[in-house]
Amino acid sequence: MPQQICTLAIASLFMLAACGANAGTYDLTVDKMRMGFKGRERMTMAINGQIPGPVLRFTEGEDVTINVTNKMDKDTSIHWHGILLPYTQDGVPGISFPGIKPGETFTYQFRIKQAGTYWYHSHSGLQEQEGIYGPIVITPAKREPYKYDRDYVVMLSDWTDEKPEAILGHLKKNSDYYNYAQRTVGTFFKDVSEKGLGPTLKDRAEWGKMRMTPTDISDVSGYTFLVNGKSAAQNWTGLFKPGERVRLRLINGSAMSYFDVRIPGLKMTVVQADGNNVQPIKVDELRIATAETYDVIVQPEQEKPFTIFAEALDRTGYARATLAPAEGMSGEIPPLRPRPQLTMADMGMDMGGMDHGPTPGKKEKAMPGMDHGSLAGMDMPKKDHGSMAGMDMPGMDKPDMQSGIALKAAKKGGKVLVYGDLKAMAPYADYRAPDREIEMKLTGNMQRYFWSIDGKKFSDAEPIRLKYGERVRFTFVNETMMSHPMHLHGMWMQLDVGKKKFNPLKHVVNVPPGQSLSVDVPADAMGEWAFHCHLLYHMMTGMMRKVIVEGPVAANIETGHE
Amino acid sequence: MNRRAGAIAVIFCLLTNGADAMEEHEPNFFFFQADRFEYRAQDGDDSLNWDAQGWYGGDTDKLWLKTEGEKRIGSNVDKAEVQLLYSRLMTDFFDVQAGVRYDPEPHPRRSYAVLGIQGLAPYYFETDAALFLSNKGELSARFMAEYELLLTQRLILQPALEVNLSAEEVKERGIGPGVNDIELGLRLRYEIRREFAPYIGVNWERKLGQTADIARAESEEIDVPSFVAGIRFWF
Repeated sequence: MPQQICTLAIASLFMLAACGANAGTYDLTVDKMRMGFKGRERMTMAINGQIPGPVLRFTEGEDVTINVTNKMDKDTSIHWHGILLPYTQDGVPGISFPGIKPGETFTYQFRIKQAGTYWYHSHSGLQEQEGIYGPIVITPAKREPYKYDRDYVVMLSDWTDEKPEAILGHLKKNSDYYNYAQRTVGTFFKDVSEKGLGPTLKDRAEWGKMRMTPTDISDVSGYTFLVNGKSAAQNWTGLFKPGERVRLRLINGSAMSYFDVRIPGLKMTVVQADGNNVQPIKVDELRIATAETYDVIVQPEQEKPFTIFAEALDRTGYARATLAPAEGMSGEIPPLRPRPQLTMADMGMDMGGMDHGPTPGKKEKAMPGMDHGSLAGMDMPKKDHGSMAGMDMPGMDKPDMQSGIALKAAKKGGKVLVYGDLKAMAPYADYRAPDREIEMKLTGNMQRYFWSIDGKKFSDAEPIRLKYGERVRFTFVNETMMSHPMHLHGMWMQLDVGKKKFNPLKHVVNVPPGQSLSVDVPADAMGEWAFHCHLLYHMMTGMMRKVIVEGPVAANIETGHE
Repeated sequence: MNRRAGAIAVIFCLLTNGADAMEEHEPNFFFFQADRFEYRAQDGDDSLNWDAQGWYGGDTDKLWLKTEGEKRIGSNVDKAEVQLLYSRLMTDFFDVQAGVRYDPEPHPRRSYAVLGIQGLAPYYFETDAALFLSNKGELSARFMAEYELLLTQRLILQPALEVNLSAEEVKERGIGPGVNDIELGLRLRYEIRREFAPYIGVNWERKLGQTADIARAESEEIDVPSFVAGIRFWF
């Protein structure tokens, strides 16, 4: 017994020493700054005078102290996206803390329990769109299961010359404000000549009846797309020597944009998704939803520049960077591919012999014929969930039965990453059947531009209550025509791709229009957490919930000071 | 008079209900749009016409202003109306609106209680239908529809239809029972910005039924075609 105590004491001392050695302090200052591209500048917001903010490099096990000083005349906040931490340190005003007042410094303190690529951003108003975001890189305590010679952060983002509040105003007053790729008389005659008059009229009638348009694949345009704060013209460059393995930490830090990323001439080996190791998969191209991260390793053998090409989903532009053996080099920039259009399959219709078009006589709603009943009809067997999540619909060979916005490889026969490809590197120890299921209908009013969950905006909704220790399956049913990258704070979502304990852990899952997918959430973090669509203007107009994880009794809520 | 009091009571109920449902956290927005602000050339009887509306409020509850009117060139304003409405989103695409309308011109002046619906009908028809009950107890109605045909992303052809109806004869205003008039318009605008678009077009007003008879008796035109040029703007 005394021996045990002694061992314990020595072990504790050792741990204390280890902790002491593994603690870091970081200082971030949020302030106004002028910035612009294309010769135009506007007053915006930045961290430490730069957009994106500095790369925060932590080590797994480190006790971090981050002082965030607000030098602006309005409240701000910093949220650590994807980081597991006490909820009081999560940085969401109104949920985890009151926010950081002008002139104040808030000190965040938490222990880093994970490794990988993450990011941080303001969770106040529309400040993320202004420029308050930056990357986080966490070095793992143990050796990583892959090798690389160079390590670069590739943070994608969308810069606007407008004030974000003006963008929201435009969307509220005219939801088509930013869509300059609408169907016209010209496209009508083009379709008539390609498909015939009958099918074209029928198609126009189907969309018109729903008061929707297949061109409505993004809400905001006019963006300048950036890599690490550099425009395509400024060409951020990462150096390599031929034969070296280069790790690229892709972070989609944009407010409203999805990117289709490829590096012509190179295969990308995906090794991490949302900070978690996955079994390596070689792809030619991947789509990164807003707020997701993917780590890829590339190995350029030739001594020439390679273009990292990230096309915005709506093809209004691209972010571009270069991997080159020397500074100042430029690879070939491919042309933008045609803008995708939604099909009736994206609306959850036309699937597996379902009724064509909206069901008549239904109560008016955003998506006639898109209630749960019809979706249940398209729910695929569980083993197919993976491919479904990846939008790779098997057996849908008729063109108008396929998703119009699913990514198709630029390269003939090229491999595109789909969610079904993601397989966790290590099995999840506590994998088991969920204790219960919560269905979340992703809903909204596109015309009036407000978004909701189960038809209720955040301001009108009750929080979702989970019991500590339970395992809850959330099934997202997307009843809108937009993709929604759903983000849960504080806990992982195990995306059901049919790989059971090897289902990947994610902090953001993309739910394509008209589809449904499920995630299992281990409720292992007490407190109050945000759960929302990571498209900034969707979150701001109501597509958000508060999740409360509570103990069976009045359990002690973990605080930042352990 | 009783009917009027009843209508006002209904409006008051709607207004107070709406106030409860107002959200605290979401910002309100302000919108004003002059859908038509134009010069009408009609055979020596030219006029300036306007048709504008705006609102202030959130997603569900809004205070809505509508105004339209006409000023003959070289003369005073001869037709004008202003509506102030409480507007509540009832379905995904439609608002129910209730409030008051006041017509400073023509004389004798009228005020009305208004009940209407406005929104986007299937196949993208912007519609606005309203019932008006005047301070003299006269019941009338108006139906408007517009469609936007995109010739290009910025060149837009807008057909429009307006029909006015009355439940009874209102002699002092030259109105007969039934359909009073229809108005058809076709305007071609170019959106330099979404918010600013000059346009040209044609407009045709036709009085019908007893309203036409009254007009004929007073040797007024019953058939008024015109060319129009104007600016559509909003902010």
